[in-house]
Order: sequence, then structure tokens, then C-alpha cells
Amino acid sequence: MSVVIETKQLTSVRAGRTLFSSLSLQLCAGEILHVEGPNGAGKSTLLRIIAGLLSPQEGQVLLFGQPQYEDPELWQRNTLFIGHKPAVKAELTALENLHYQSQFDGAEDVDAWHLLETVGLLGLEDLPAQQLSAGQQRRIALARLWYSTAPLWILDEPFTALDSRGIKLLHERFQHHIDQGGALLLTSHQPLTWSGERLQKIRIEPHDEALGYE
Amino acid sequence: MWKWLHPYAKGEATFRLLGAWLPWLSGLALILVSVGLVWGLFYAPPDYQQGDSYRIIFIHVPAAMFSMGAYTGMAIAALIALVWQIRTAEWAIAAIAPVGAVLTFVALFTGAVWGKPMWGTWWEWDARLTSELILLFLYIGVLALYYAFNDARTGAKAAAILSLVGVVNVPIIHFSVYWWNSLHQGATITKFSKPSMPPEMLIPLLISIAGFLFLTAALITQRLRNEILKQELHRPWAMQQLGVEANNGVQ
Amino acid sequence: MNNASTWRILKTLMRRDLAVALRRRSDVINPLLFVLIVVTLFPLAVGPGPDILGRIATGVIWVAALLSALLGSERLFRDDFLDGSLEQMVLLPAPLPALALGKIVVHWLLSGLPLVILAPLCALLLKLPFEAWGTLMLTLLVGTPMLSAMTAVGAALTVSLGRGGALLSLLLLPLFIPLLIFAAAAVESTLVGTSAYGQVVLLAGLMLLTLTLAPLAVAAAIRVSVN
Repeated sequence: MSVVIETKQLTSVRAGRTLFSSLSLQLCAGEILHVEGPNGAGKSTLLRIIAGLLSPQEGQVLLFGQPQYEDPELWQRNTLFIGHKPAVKAELTALENLHYQSQFDGAEDVDAWHLLETVGLLGLEDLPAQQLSAGQQRRIALARLWYSTAPLWILDEPFTALDSRGIKLLHERFQHHIDQGGALLLTSHQPLTWSGERLQKIRIEPHDEALGYE
Repeated sequence: MWKWLHPYAKGEATFRLLGAWLPWLSGLALILVSVGLVWGLFYAPPDYQQGDSYRIIFIHVPAAMFSMGAYTGMAIAALIALVWQIRTAEWAIAAIAPVGAVLTFVALFTGAVWGKPMWGTWWEWDARLTSELILLFLYIGVLALYYAFNDARTGAKAAAILSLVGVVNVPIIHFSVYWWNSLHQGATITKFSKPSMPPEMLIPLLISIAGFLFLTAALITQRLRNEILKQELHRPWAMQQLGVEANNGVQ
Repeated sequence: MNNASTWRILKTLMRRDLAVALRRRSDVINPLLFVLIVVTLFPLAVGPGPDILGRIATGVIWVAALLSALLGSERLFRDDFLDGSLEQMVLLPAPLPALALGKIVVHWLLSGLPLVILAPLCALLLKLPFEAWGTLMLTLLVGTPMLSAMTAVGAALTVSLGRGGALLSLLLLPLFIPLLIFAAAAVESTLVGTSAYGQVVLLAGLMLLTLTLAPLAVAAAIRVSVN
């Protein structure tokens, strides 16, 4: 199976604290990688490094075997990152948010109404997003997953604030994505329903302070 | 090209290199500043127009020169820090900025002191003084930004960007202020430096300038050493260094 | 690599920012009211005689413009940073400096341009002689884009701080000085009856330089801030 993303000897130091060192991982097409670990262990940092928002102290990240700095555009076109913050504009309605999001992602032919229905926001399209609940805002952000063609999804705590129906919906979408040969990297405190070979797990433990940098 | 350099060795190597330079820089600074100032303040002839009060130029001119020079140095460090991601260069910003700010302040202060007998006022909107005042604001801005962040690296990078923005603006500010001053010619009589200075004034001035150059370099070197030590305190070499220095102090 | 997609993304970004700003009209209007109020305060403070007011009018209007630029600076990146749009902007497949320029243009449309339109009213209140109105508006037209660009640099640098206000003025006001000097001098030379051509051309040159370099600094600052 083809390797989508690979990290080699990744080390990250934030605010003088080593989060992880010499972290190597591989994620192939059709696989899910679940990054586990306690709060503050550096899960989000790892995801942000892989997405290209942060640079690691050491080591490198390869997408389809290409290092990041060689072609940032390839990176930006083939990955989709959704972080803690939903990137939903509070002043705009759900419909407008979806519209601009899909424009940014280059998905011209997206039917925003259909998308609204899919993520269960039909009937709320005219409300400014600031009047929606956290879970509903997250649904707006996650709606990107229904038209995204990016092979690699990087999702930081995607289930936060979602209700059980939302979680189920998202699981179905993940299944669809990996069935299509996509890869998925996520952090979550929710247990995932997958089992078997398609789900990999990696655990980041808080670094032993006594060891420090060495 | 710098990426492959082992980052752990870098701080230590730089620290030792700077340590080797430091005695030379401080020695030269001490000698040249003393000679320049003693000569200038006590033995150079008085000015036929300004009497003894012109003597402040032996401090003012070098301070003003290197207040600008230090800003350029800081901007170069900032460029290196941003392009090659070298941490030592980031620390150099923090090492240079306060030295530059103090030089700027000295230039301003001596300018004001000189202004009192010359213009009859402590502050005159003279082009050079105004320019120095703005430079002081720029230094304070860089320092304030550097220390505003919780994460030291973020602060250093932000300050580096600001230094580069500043260094593009410094010549523009300088030019605009001089131009503005020529537009509003008021009480200002003369500039500090005269076109033809007799050698008995010029030589001590040049010595003093050279002395201030080494003084600035020595101060920055020492500050950078401190900064490296502070940032690398968790590494064994730094602790060892401190231990060794503490022992030396006891003996 | 792909100009068409960069252009599409840039257009979307600018449209979205305009749409957001139009939902929050007070953010656009308040800095303008601020300028108007500052302008109103001066005659009350120094007396309404036309000789004094006319002399300080340009300076007052320009200083008020600089301060209002600071006042409106939060709008540039703060919300984007808090809601995560800023990090998504970094990840868009388009050059970040181009997007930064887009943000600057939108900011100018909503802060600089209204100020140019407001200028005659301020000039009237401050009894600036009529022959200098044109020059005043011209300096604002050429100068405010520079103001927006520099403000964007400062705002991008301090966006992650949360309490950037006072720091921002410390960073930015010294950099506004050349702008202030040349703009005031341009109006001044019109008042004394000479041509302001040289100063305006100089300002235009500075504007081009700023609009070329500032987006690069903004892009670098955003990358640091989304850390």
C-alpha cells in the first residue's frame, strides 16, 4: 500500500519543553492513524507540524515522499486540516460560511443546501453562526469533509461538542474516505469504532522532565 | 545549509568563541575610550565659537553613530534569524537592542546637555536629536515586542520581523526628519560636526569613535554570552560553565 | 503555481472580509466618528479663530487619522486568529503575501477610503483654507493605503497577544512619522502657494514601496503568530 505521509525523527520543543523526540510514523492510503495521549502531551503540535503550520525542531515530514519545504503547494492541495478552532465566521450565516469555505477549497460545484442537509443544519441556514451552538459550528467546519478531495485529512479532536448522531455521521464519512483510498490522521479522546488493520494507534507520552533535552 | 549543524553544539561553540573575543574587545575598548576621552575632554583645544561646551561631541558623536550602527547590526541578526532559523541570531537581537537603546539615550542626553548652552533650552527640535528620539522609540518597540510573548521563540521571531521593518524605515525616517527640519529652520544654529575640524580635535574624536566601537562590541558580546547561558541552562555544558565560574569566584 | 486559483482564493477572501465587515458596521463607523470627535475637540481647546485652526488643521486631521488607524487595527486579524480562519488562511494553496495584500486592500476600503471622503468635512470644521482641500484629500488618498499596510504589519505581529493595544501604538506610531511629515508638508506648500507636486510624488513612491514590502512582513508575522 502506498505511503501517504511519513515523519522521520521528528522532535518538537515548545516553550523550552520537549514534547516528543525522534518520532517516526507512517500512514498509508486507506488507513486511519489515531494519535493518543494525555492533555498537553503534544498531540495537537504533532498534527500542526504535519499540516505545515509549525516547523519541527528536528526531523522531517514527507507527503508522498516529498519533503514539505520543497513544494508547499502540493502540501496545501493534498491535505485538509481542521483544528480546535472551527474557522467559522461568527457574523456570517451557516450557508454563507459553507459557501466561502467551498470557494476557498476550490469546490465550485458544491450544492451548499445539500451540504447543509447532510450535516443536519437545514432550517438554521439564515442564522448568524454566533447564534449557533458549538456543536453546530463544528458541523459547519466539518462539512468540508463532504466535498474534500484531499487524500490526507488531519483532524484535531473532530468529535468535540458533537452529539451522538453527529459522531455517527462523522464515523460514516471517515469510513467512506478510507474506502476511497484516503488517509486520516486524528486525535480524539473518543474511542473509535474501527478495529483491525485499518486503524493504527500511536501514543505520545509526556516527556520525562528529568531527561530534558538529552 | 545551517540545518545540518548540530543545534546542541551551536550555543556552546558560540559561547566559547565569544568568550575568546571578549578580553580583546574589552581591552581595546578600555584603552581607546580612555585615551579618546581624556585627550578630547582635557587636552584638545577649545572651540573658537563654542568654547569648552563642544567637547561633548567626543561622547555624543560616537554614541549617535553606534546607536544607528547597532540597529543595523540588530537587523542583520534578525535577517539571519529569520532566513536560517539560527537561534543564536535570535538571541543576538535581545543582546543588541538594549545596548543600542542605551547608546541612543546617551546620544539624546548629551545632545540635550549640549543644547542648553548652545540654544538656551534643554530640548530643541533639531534634526539629529529628533531622529535619535524616534530611533529610541524603535528600539523600545523591538524590546517590548521581544518580551511580550510567553514563548520566547515567538517573541524573538516577532521582534526579528519588526527589526527588519524598522531598518527599512530608518533611512526614510532619517531623511524625512532632516528634510522637515530644513523646512522649519528655527533656533538651530549649527550641526555638531563641522566640515573642517582641526586635527587636534579630529584625532581624539576618531580615537573615541574607535573606542566606542569596541565598547559596543564588548557589551554586545557579553550580553549575548549571558543570553546563551540563560537559554541553554538546562544543558549540561551550561550548568558546568556556571559551576566552574562559581568556583572561580570562590577562589 | 496556479494564478487562476490564487485569484479565486484572493477574491473569496476579500468578499468574505467585506461581508463580515458589513455585518459589523460599528467597527467601520466608530474610527471615523473618532476622527470627527477629535477634530471637534481642537477648536474647543485652542479657540475657534481661523488663523490658529487653519494652521494646525492638517496636523490635527493627519494625527487623528493615524490614531484612528490604530483604533481600527484589531479588525484586521484578531477575529480571524480567534476563530481559526487565520491558520486556515496559511494553509490555503495561494501565496500568503498575496492574501495579506488582499486583507490590506479590504482594510483600506473600509478605513482609508471613508477617511478621504470625510476629509472635506474635517477641513471645513477646522477652517482649512479651501485651496488646500484638494491637496489634503490627495495626501490622504495616497497616504492611507500606507497606513493600512503598516497597521497590518503591527496587527499581525501582535495578534496572538490578546492585549496588543498599547504595544501596537508603540510599534507603529514611530513608523508613521515620514508619512505625517510629507503629508503635512504637501498641504503646507499648497497653503503658501507653491506646488505640492514633489511631496505627493514622494508619498506615492513611499506608498508603492510599502505596499510591496509590507505584505511580505505581514505574511511572515502571520506564520509566527499561528504558531
